[in-house]
Amino acid sequence: MAEQKVTEADVRHVARLSRLEFNDEEIGLFTKHLNDILTYVDKLAELDTSNVEPTSHALRMANVFREDVVAPSLSNEEALANAPDREGPFFKVPQIIQEM
Amino acid sequence: MRLCEQTIEELAKRLRAREISSVELTRDVLERIGEVEPRVQAYLRVTDAIALSTAEAADRRLAAGEGVTPLTGIPVALKDNMCTLGVTTTAASKILGNFVPPYEATVVRRLREAGAVFVGKTNLDEFAMGSSTENSGFFTTRNPWDLERVPGGSSGGSAAAVAAGECIAALGSDTGGSIRQPASLCGVVGVKPTYGRVSRYGLIAFASSLDQIGPLARSVGDAALVMNVIAGHDPVDSTSADMPVPDYTKALTGDVRGLRIGVPKEYFIEGMDPRVESCIRAAIERLAGLGAEVVEVSLPHTEYAVATYYLVAPAEASSNLARYDGVQYGYRAPGQKNIIDMYTKTRHDAFGDEVKRRIMLGTYALSAGYYDAYYLKALKVRTLISRDFERAFERCDVIAAPTAPTPAFKIGEKADDPIAMYLSDIFTLSVNLAGNAGISVPCGFAQYDGKDLPVGLQLIAPVFGEEVMFRAAHAYEQSVEIRTRRPVLE
Repeated sequence: MAEQKVTEADVRHVARLSRLEFNDEEIGLFTKHLNDILTYVDKLAELDTSNVEPTSHALRMANVFREDVVAPSLSNEEALANAPDREGPFFKVPQIIQEM
Repeated sequence: MRLCEQTIEELAKRLRAREISSVELTRDVLERIGEVEPRVQAYLRVTDAIALSTAEAADRRLAAGEGVTPLTGIPVALKDNMCTLGVTTTAASKILGNFVPPYEATVVRRLREAGAVFVGKTNLDEFAMGSSTENSGFFTTRNPWDLERVPGGSSGGSAAAVAAGECIAALGSDTGGSIRQPASLCGVVGVKPTYGRVSRYGLIAFASSLDQIGPLARSVGDAALVMNVIAGHDPVDSTSADMPVPDYTKALTGDVRGLRIGVPKEYFIEGMDPRVESCIRAAIERLAGLGAEVVEVSLPHTEYAVATYYLVAPAEASSNLARYDGVQYGYRAPGQKNIIDMYTKTRHDAFGDEVKRRIMLGTYALSAGYYDAYYLKALKVRTLISRDFERAFERCDVIAAPTAPTPAFKIGEKADDPIAMYLSDIFTLSVNLAGNAGISVPCGFAQYDGKDLPVGLQLIAPVFGEEVMFRAAHAYEQSVEIRTRRPVLE
């Protein structure tokens, strides 16, 4: 079997970056799936792309601007309507800054 | 044929002539939904009251003869990743299970202004990630041609609804084949426009450089009518093209004499389902019989398309789905003591496995140390794929290919093998990567277990060249009897 590209430690690191958490069984399963997929996508290494520009946008558009003019937008109430928790005009969330 | 099974073209004539009313038509559609929905499950939400009130409004317009368009009074369904003002929109995810958009998608506004009747929101793979609708956070939709089989995905609900007479036409979205593949599997017409042709404003984003909204309908003519309404520049979508929209129905001349049909040799691979291959080859021969010229072309980087897509799309998705954090809308995990735990538990609880898999893959591909080898490399191969199409279109006007390698597979068959699932998009992915337009049109049936399962012919157009693919698809469709077949749902 090919050497593992991605270890369980890598998967835990990526999970932290993605703000996802997994139990040990899920970590094992994800490690396997990611390895399978990464093995498959490795075939891209067969291609010489040293002189190829990347395409990030199919239409190759340049800066699309509008006039810097204030226009109507969502009201506070509309913006807060789906809030899981709110206080006055604010979205309310659990503690962000830790006690020092 | 029941009202709910007719085309927009036929119904628009009868509505204008006041032979039938939109309310009558809408009632027939709602009745049909009542009959078959328990078995098909195409809809996440049926909006009866809105349907009837928009039908009444349409009837008033039709009576006054003012502002009448071909879509006025026509019941349409919307994939549930398109924001509808005041109507719950979930992207088939528990993380948006209770989300009520405070705004509407541009395509929804355009349909509303044209007088369309809104029947409901259709099921999809969660966040449009999938090829079978099995990844919906709620339930799986069934293929009306065989209820044990998938309708395809991710726009499986929209395709099934059109096929089963549960709406006259629908909108779907296509990132790697998500309109064309379910259209093929459900025996309907599906169009992915050129990237930028239709506004993405209000479409819940999956992969921003690949997503496009498009129609699913019963005929090429119907798809063209819907395209006329939804296409066009949108100042609030900075990726939408500032180009005029032609009248796509003018392309439906029926004349393909001298049209050069490119057949890519890489798309007819060993191990392809012979029943699919014979349908496709017969369709190409039919076009040749109508006067088209068949030319062999090459798309040499085809074999790298799946790998390229499965780096680009998840990378973009990992960024687009970062917003689902329980702060401003949607599900929030209860009882968390700090913000990081809240983010993490929220996303753990409410995202499905395929979504998590793609977020993980995308994050990995973009992370420090791996960005060059994976994401950047994929973007370079993307350039090579685009160039393949440009070169092919020097020698032909439209490209013909299968839409999907097999007809509808059984529910559960590919669920445990993500790579097998990914390979079902092998003929559609390149088109999204390059930004070209593509249409799937029914071209026959493959017999499996004594059931006739639909097969779709894909026609691919040059960038902003939708007219030529509509012309070829329409000419083909008019020359065969397939378009009048409907699935039998006892």
